[in-house]
Amino acid sequence: MANVLVFAEVRAGDLRKVALEAVTAARQLADLSGGGSVHAVLAGDAGIAVKAASLAEYGADSVLVLEHAGFAQYNPEALAATVAQRLGSGTYGFAVFSATAQGRDLSPRVAAKLGSGLAPDLTGFSVDGGTVSGQHFNMNGKTIATLSLSGSPAVLSVRPAAFQPAANARPLVTEAITSAADPSASRVKVVELKQGNTGKLDLNDAPVIVAGGRGLKAAENFKLCDDLADAFGNAAVGATRAVTDEGWRPHSDQIGQTGRNVSPNLYIAVGISGAIQHLAGMRTSKTIVAINKDKDAPIFKVADYGIVGDVFEIMPALTAAVKAAKAQG
Amino acid sequence: MNGAAAVKIAVCIKRVPVMETKFAIAADGTRVDEAGLKYDVNDFDLWAIEAGLQLKEKNGNAGEVVAICLGPDTAQEQIRKALAMGADRGVLLQAPTVPADGLAIARALAAELKDGGYDLVLFGRIAIDSMNQMTGPMVAELLDLPCVTNVFKLEIAGGTGRAERALEGASEVMEFPLPAVLTIDDGLNKERLPSLKGIMAAKKKPLDVKPAQLGELKVAVTKMVLPPERAAGRILGDNADAVPELVRLLQTEAKVL
Ligand SMILES: Cc1cc2nc3c(=O)[nH]c(=O)nc-3n(C[C@H](O)[C@H](O)[C@H](O)COP(=O)(O)OP(=O)(O)OC[C@H]3O[C@@H](n4cnc5c(N)ncnc54)[C@H](O)[C@@H]3O)c2cc1C
Repeated sequence: MANVLVFAEVRAGDLRKVALEAVTAARQLADLSGGGSVHAVLAGDAGIAVKAASLAEYGADSVLVLEHAGFAQYNPEALAATVAQRLGSGTYGFAVFSATAQGRDLSPRVAAKLGSGLAPDLTGFSVDGGTVSGQHFNMNGKTIATLSLSGSPAVLSVRPAAFQPAANARPLVTEAITSAADPSASRVKVVELKQGNTGKLDLNDAPVIVAGGRGLKAAENFKLCDDLADAFGNAAVGATRAVTDEGWRPHSDQIGQTGRNVSPNLYIAVGISGAIQHLAGMRTSKTIVAINKDKDAPIFKVADYGIVGDVFEIMPALTAAVKAAKAQG
Repeated sequence: MNGAAAVKIAVCIKRVPVMETKFAIAADGTRVDEAGLKYDVNDFDLWAIEAGLQLKEKNGNAGEVVAICLGPDTAQEQIRKALAMGADRGVLLQAPTVPADGLAIARALAAELKDGGYDLVLFGRIAIDSMNQMTGPMVAELLDLPCVTNVFKLEIAGGTGRAERALEGASEVMEFPLPAVLTIDDGLNKERLPSLKGIMAAKKKPLDVKPAQLGELKVAVTKMVLPPERAAGRILGDNADAVPELVRLLQTEAKVL
């Protein structure tokens, strides 16, 4: 039996969907290791405690609430100190983070403070006599390694969308905790959070991604992708590097080897050739649709469904058809 | 790094297989078969080298850019590439195989960096072979230095830095004092190609070789497989005529609509 500490990611005062995925993974890990309890760390500005209820709903036996103005923004130094202090108390066998920009910044710091092994970006795991083994893509997504972690506490991070949030309600139990280091004394300070695509879903949170490539020809034509995403209602818009290099979309929208890794339920590649570096970031999507005027484009090799043709003709028709399908419910 | 004071920058680089390769799994089932693989410097590390070179150039070329690699003997080739781009000297921390345990790597690098007096220690955001994305922040923690990861915009002035880092669909602007550790993301710059003159000069630049101090390993690769091939997809047709069939399949077969 091992207890699990899980870090619940917050951005701009809101719990991210990945936090519920991480709690789901932590619950699985605790159950697999013989029924330990799950404690979630929830840090933020005054008032963040109200978010604890969702964590309990997805399986946290207790929520450790760290409220302080110094956590209104991401505060890596004070958070690493606090999480490491909790984790090092002897109570926990495992720690779970989300393999997001924040989790992949914080988890190595915590592991290094404790001298713990870290298995990053897992898509699944199993437990055998206290040892956790997890699946991790490497070689730019071309191989899958099983990493096994020895020593306790062991630290792992889970890939966004690999664990779907599963309701598993516990009574809401919260405990106010304090920071192990003065949050205002951190050397690294976030001076600004720039939210891209305001109001739109994040690439890692969205079940559907509409991604556009150079085939769209100009920044303003991304409206075709935005419109299709709006028709789905649960979609985010991504881009290729060719597009971010042109400055048509912000760098943070880039999908691929040097951009984001995504695994949505549906990935629609619009005017994207399907270069190996792009495939590295999206080939784990459940269903892939490709729209390209070149029938030999490599994207068709990974696509479940393809349409050969001009995006400027196909996209408005597809958007209208998706709207109609949604309207029928 | 005040005014024209010399800047000392370490760039940690990794030798990785060229990814445009059809990988096969080695007989022991825990690693890729190395036969016939070609190697290069990890892309993100090239952008880190470029960042180091540009910072030194901005500073009137006073100071030093040092390329540090943990890897097998053959990784000297990747260090020479960094030297050909313009790095001043190289250090190879020799390890016959690079372990899966990021903390072991970070400890060996931190031991080398500790008394080096570096103003900045630069890494790539991720090594695309291990895809661990952990060495930089671990080194920062071991050396007790400020750290910003995923940096795609950077200004350094008067002993402080301002960096913008990529999040999912957003970004954060961070300020930090030097010395510091940064991990460099795509988008910060494009690496320069080594010139012929640079390649000739690189041959004469110092390259220290010493054993890596790896210590205890807590992470092991117990199995490696190739992901299942995606089944060949279906071209549904041409142009807008194929849209109704696509929507039908998204509803009935893929069940995503
Ligand atoms: C080190 C390195 C790292 C990289 N990292 C990434 C990464 O992370 N992500 C990434 O995406 N790329 C990455 N790349 C770049 C990658 O190699 C490709 O250049 C890029 O993915 C191509 O983008 P694209 O498909 O939008 O453009 P193109 O290759 O130009 O393809 C455009 C496609 O649109 C089609 N098209 C054109 N007009 C129309 C139309 N009217 N209707 C329908 N189809 C049309 C064309 O047939 C073509 O297939 C990287 C490259 C390198 C060297």
